[in-house]
Amino acid sequence: MYNQVRYLDAGDRGLVVELGNQISEEINRKIRNLTLAIDTKEIEGVEEVIPTYRSLLVNYDPLTIRRELLIEKLKKLEENIEEVELPQPKLVKIPTLYGGEEGADLEHVAQVNKLTEEEVIELHSKPKYLIYMLGFTPGFVYLGGLAKKIATPRLQEPRTKIPAGSVGIADNQTGVYPIESPGGWQLIGRTPVKLFAPYRERPILQGIESGNYIKFEPIDKQEYQRIVIAVDNGNYQVEIEEINV
Amino acid sequence: MGKLKTLEAGPMTTIQDLGRFGYMKYGMPIAGAVDRYAFRIANILVGNPEDEAAIEATFLGPTIQFKAEAVIAITGGEMKPELDGKEIPMWQAVKVSKDSRLSLNRVEKGLRSYIAIRGGIDLPEVMGSKSTYLRGKLGGFKGRKLQQGDELSFPEVKEGENFCLNRKIPEDLLEDYLDDREVRVIVGPQDDYFTEESLKTFFASEYQLTNQSDRMGCRLAGPTLEHTTGADIISDGIVLGAIQVPGDGQPIIMLADRQTTGGYAKLANVISVDLPKVAQAKPGDKLNFKQIGVVEAQQELKKQEERIAQLKEWLTGTANKKIKYFKIRVDGNSFEVEVEEI
Repeated sequence: MYNQVRYLDAGDRGLVVELGNQISEEINRKIRNLTLAIDTKEIEGVEEVIPTYRSLLVNYDPLTIRRELLIEKLKKLEENIEEVELPQPKLVKIPTLYGGEEGADLEHVAQVNKLTEEEVIELHSKPKYLIYMLGFTPGFVYLGGLAKKIATPRLQEPRTKIPAGSVGIADNQTGVYPIESPGGWQLIGRTPVKLFAPYRERPILQGIESGNYIKFEPIDKQEYQRIVIAVDNGNYQVEIEEINV
Repeated sequence: MGKLKTLEAGPMTTIQDLGRFGYMKYGMPIAGAVDRYAFRIANILVGNPEDEAAIEATFLGPTIQFKAEAVIAITGGEMKPELDGKEIPMWQAVKVSKDSRLSLNRVEKGLRSYIAIRGGIDLPEVMGSKSTYLRGKLGGFKGRKLQQGDELSFPEVKEGENFCLNRKIPEDLLEDYLDDREVRVIVGPQDDYFTEESLKTFFASEYQLTNQSDRMGCRLAGPTLEHTTGADIISDGIVLGAIQVPGDGQPIIMLADRQTTGGYAKLANVISVDLPKVAQAKPGDKLNFKQIGVVEAQQELKKQEERIAQLKEWLTGTANKKIKYFKIRVDGNSFEVEVEEI
């Protein structure tokens, strides 16, 4: 973490507030505090804030708020950052069918790491993964906390089409493809839950935001089918609980 | 509702508005018109709210059959629009009669044209916007670019509503930017990731748009820009006009459909008022970059907004001058007459 926060111009309508230059839970928590402080303060002229690993991008209208005044206000918030009371983080449980055709690379991931498929599932579904940020595509979560034992390099040749809901591993990262897209992740399973559904009242799945946690819950094929139907009928609710970290 | 039908769609014709806001923190790109200036003027000319949905045509314009009377304005890249084979002016509100055919040709200057229709285009909003986001297959018309045979609906023109028709805007109220290739930028936020030498190179060289350019970004080719320790940063937010430089040292200017975050160092950002120049540059065009300060850039933005406000005032001012429209018939021929009280 920097001793002094850096304020960097991203053009004439953006300001990057950079707290450090590494990925750490501590910095990310501060980012979350600052984001919340800005959201609560409702500074006139601030249009949209994008929190990321170690910085936040403040999009503003320079004709409504002068840049110097904005920096002044942000500095004040940043100095009192410890006073911000964060809501208890939430843990979102993502039901996941591991292996089979839904997780075509599970066997490979097990082989590479000299484990059984069951051990890979166990290692992947145990942790509570911190959502550091969202980006890349709508609803894509950048998670921290993958067990080193199951870290696996990307595919040599990316697939051209990966179904939405696919759960994968790429090096020391794990995540879920929210929309159908090409990609080179090792696919180990799939969730029937839609992290992103543009026509849903809440397009991004409830609880999926930076600072919250995700846990993958292994399910069987039958349960998977049941959830698929419930999701289609619009009456599936993911399990969310408040946690202490 | 009036209807229009695309007889020919053109290679990349989409419905856009000013973008989808409020979801960037969830990774949702903004989308929206690439040339926001031309887009806004088109809507202003036909008396729409500036963010009403309109058509964005790229390189080669569509041919459209209007099945009801409409008031339209075409702005942006010059596509020599014709109404039933007769050339019509751009940057003006023009009346389109029922059953006439509007055709836009291959662009002669610029790249993207906008067709605004009075009353807008009747489409459902997705996440608060009618913009088409192609990679997400959502918004606009069925989440895709327009195809031959697509039908769109628009509110029908009411009698006496033909506001500011055929009025030529005073030239000093409009920007002249379609051929302007000097793009002003503010350095940062990761200019310290580049060698001093490559910053000099960047400002001293020309960069040519490649064929891989699209609504997401302008890919440029030119002298290689070198990073001091590497191109990768810890992913952070990306604003419109950010110039990111991946490992190959070739810059990319991020446009409307850009992803919200990214992991390449960003050398500089195009200033807001020069973004339309980038939006109108086509593959093969060469850009050069000039550094300016953030304060100066914001002053330029203010001046431009003042000119747009003046333009609006000028238009509503003329509308207030009690102009009446009549349809008269002389010897069986129908004429449209505009009477202005002076």
